[in-house]
Amino acid sequence: MRLLIKNGRVVDPSSGTDETLDILIDQGKIADIRPKIEEAEGFKVLDVSRLVVAPGFIDMHAHLREPGQEYKEDIQTASRAAARGGFTSICAMPNTDPVNDNRGVTEFILAEAEKRAAVNIFPIAAITSGLRGEQITDMADLLDAGAVAFSDDGRCVQNSLVMRRALEYSDFLQTLIIDHCEDFDLSQDGLMHEGSHSYFLGLKGIPASAEEVIIARDIILAEAARARIHIAHLSTRGGARLVEEAKKRKVKVTAEVTPHHLVLSDDALANYDTNLKVNPPLRSQKDVQALLAALKKGVVDVLATDHAPHTAEEKEVEFDRAPFGINGLETAVSLLLDRLVNKNVLDLSRFIEMISTNPARILGLTNKGRLTVGADADLTILNLHKETVIDITTFASKSRNNPFDGWKLKGAPVMTIVAGRVVYPFS
Amino acid sequence: MEFKQRHLLGIQHLDVSDILTVLDTAESLSEISTREVKKVPTLRGKTIVNLFFEPSTRTRSSFELAAKRLSADIINFSQQTSSVVKGESLKDTVLNFEAMNPDALVIRHSCSGAPHFVSTFCRSHVINAGDGSHEHPTQALLDAFTIRQAKKSFRDLRVVIVGDILHSRVARSNVFLLSKLGAQITLVGPPSLLPEEFKNFGATISHSLDESLAGADVIMMLRIQTERQKANFFPSIREYRNLYCLTEKRFQLANKDAIIMHPGPINRGVEISSEMADSVKSVILKQVENGIAIRMAILYLLLGGRERETAD
Amino acid sequence: MEEKIKAKVMDAAKIKRSLVRMTTEILERNRNLKNLVIVGIRTRGIYLGKRISKLIQDLEKVDIPVGVLDITLYRDDFAELETQHMVQKTEIDFPISKKDVLLVDDVLFTGRTIRAAMDSLFDLGRPQTVQLFVLIDRGHRELPIRPDYVGKVLPTSKREVVQVKLSEVDDADEVLITEPAELK
Repeated sequence: MRLLIKNGRVVDPSSGTDETLDILIDQGKIADIRPKIEEAEGFKVLDVSRLVVAPGFIDMHAHLREPGQEYKEDIQTASRAAARGGFTSICAMPNTDPVNDNRGVTEFILAEAEKRAAVNIFPIAAITSGLRGEQITDMADLLDAGAVAFSDDGRCVQNSLVMRRALEYSDFLQTLIIDHCEDFDLSQDGLMHEGSHSYFLGLKGIPASAEEVIIARDIILAEAARARIHIAHLSTRGGARLVEEAKKRKVKVTAEVTPHHLVLSDDALANYDTNLKVNPPLRSQKDVQALLAALKKGVVDVLATDHAPHTAEEKEVEFDRAPFGINGLETAVSLLLDRLVNKNVLDLSRFIEMISTNPARILGLTNKGRLTVGADADLTILNLHKETVIDITTFASKSRNNPFDGWKLKGAPVMTIVAGRVVYPFS
Repeated sequence: MEFKQRHLLGIQHLDVSDILTVLDTAESLSEISTREVKKVPTLRGKTIVNLFFEPSTRTRSSFELAAKRLSADIINFSQQTSSVVKGESLKDTVLNFEAMNPDALVIRHSCSGAPHFVSTFCRSHVINAGDGSHEHPTQALLDAFTIRQAKKSFRDLRVVIVGDILHSRVARSNVFLLSKLGAQITLVGPPSLLPEEFKNFGATISHSLDESLAGADVIMMLRIQTERQKANFFPSIREYRNLYCLTEKRFQLANKDAIIMHPGPINRGVEISSEMADSVKSVILKQVENGIAIRMAILYLLLGGRERETAD
Repeated sequence: MEEKIKAKVMDAAKIKRSLVRMTTEILERNRNLKNLVIVGIRTRGIYLGKRISKLIQDLEKVDIPVGVLDITLYRDDFAELETQHMVQKTEIDFPISKKDVLLVDDVLFTGRTIRAAMDSLFDLGRPQTVQLFVLIDRGHRELPIRPDYVGKVLPTSKREVVQVKLSEVDDADEVLITEPAELK
């Protein structure tokens, strides 16, 4: 069946498009795109007047918890949360149980995704075996099995020599290393950003330097190896400065920022709300301002959720004992539309570039992140004016650990299309 | 005057009138401890649970005596003898005690914010008896009470607090309380234990004890824990003692009628010399004594009178 | 709450005459003045107690110590109080064991204050005797308590309020009957 999407404001940064166009989808691909495509026999027609049609959003950073922690989330629920949140593709971080450090786990994830997922799932495999930071994984084999990048997310590789080897090796395979930048000696048992607020609350701090030291190291190692490095969830002013400076020198560095690091700062922790406990931690107002500036200047390439579901039992504990993480897939796009696009921090095209075009380019997903003939028919449709109130009880995710419950936001994803099929609203 | 709180989670939440109400009430109640029969029937029938998730002798005993002098029933729970070791969550532990219908929970916990967390789901009054590196409100109140006995007024009083400020809940609560009452506070310690940001809490920062002692009216020494040395917060006990131990010689730099305080337990010869701890200027044991009156006042003010509506 | 004054039942001169008369009665009943101590119940019992002590000093040249009793901690309506009652200090810096204690209050009403005061006294020691002195007995007793010395018996309705004013803390010496205004 062919799907005709009519009268939408089509915004595709890859081709510089921003105009009212009709899109014809056939066999999961974009068959035609131009003003006024005539309806024909057998077309299913969707009129999306006053809505924005964007290339499907890609979340480079999500924790699906399957295999191993299905009580928090699984591939199916995460994919439904993604669909509801406007994402057509999500990348699955490897810190599952077992760790995705071998072909078997990658194939398992892809097979389960094929059977049960509402959106595309792209596994990110581990840099080192068991995330132990010692022995690098069989990257070629993992790529062959379907991995799209490598990361020891959460368990940042501490040994610089191991990181050097991983970068050199990944470059030969033309793949990507993604690093969660954290020096564990500096962060130790830290619980929140180190600063006035951590001192006030008596919570052990995670200094900005814990992130900055590793970003600096990674940039130096990537430059030496002429390899690519992607900085996950950049959170500090100093980190942004390092990335900016490296980009000027043409180091192949890219960086992502999460919505929560853009809209919340460490002062929000005054009530010890464990739903705000996240790693990297919510930083200071100054860091938030620096991230917004970096976003505008193009220092930051990608917006990613770091979707990290945890159960209520796990979060209803002392702040020290709660796991890090925010359940973000279903609130990310609304938050960013409200805080960035509708408040004119970022124009719509730049926003779409950072949540679709750039992730596709960085991950080498050549048929995604663009609305041109022949591309995959993954589309995210937005209503920039729709007002919603976040209600965690309506989540498609298995978990509810989201600090934005009750927030009133303007702008929301209203329809998600994957390979020409409407996956949200749920049928 | 009135005490407007449902819980005592920290000094941060109190205003000056709350604080003075506690001090005045403690003043009135202190007489009971001097009687032959050290007991009044005021809180007869009330039940208080001491929930101590971290070892403590003096604070726990002090609350216990305070409760008993007001005729409340008190039971003690400590982590060592509990099912916490079996993996019961704090929430479940508290809910189990709550099922026994207590009126107040006195909580000591190694995690900052634990009493705050408990207050979000429990029905009883919560009293923070020390949470992590956050607050120790009854200690600060008894310190203020002790200072008032010696100094009458807090306005422009020069208070020097010395030691491991970074990890000290006593220091935090005292800074919050004494600055509300108009005292001038100087925090002293090596930079590793005293980050610059503490000046945002209304205190002056200094790294030199000798310089800070000039003109001091109150000198509060904090216990230094030897584990901090292992984490390199300071190089050695020897070096710490050389820089920050309150000795007779250093004490000469302070005002003649300055008083010496310490929340205990003291490390003789480390942060305070033996002769200073035992000197006539030391009110360290007075602090312990006053702890009972302050805790009686808190129990009286929270449990006395009609059940007030929850503020939050 | 608004209140209206219904009657002024005693003025300064009448209060003084009553106190003199009652002091004479005290002297008649207490031959061994050295064993007598006065305990005034906060607040106005304290000043009445001090006046009696002064009168005895003038008449007999004997110093009778006056202590202060705060009964807040002994109230039986503690759990029902709408507002917090500030505790004030009990200051009795003499032993009361084996003494003849003259307990002084301004108004005797239900008897509950006296019950609390006696409980409090017995936690401080074991007096030989306790005698009760009140300036006004307004009736409506709820407990078996009877005063030994009464300035004036004043029949009242339960709604009415008896206010004893003493110059030490108020603007004059007088006793008033007032009534709270009707609630709207």
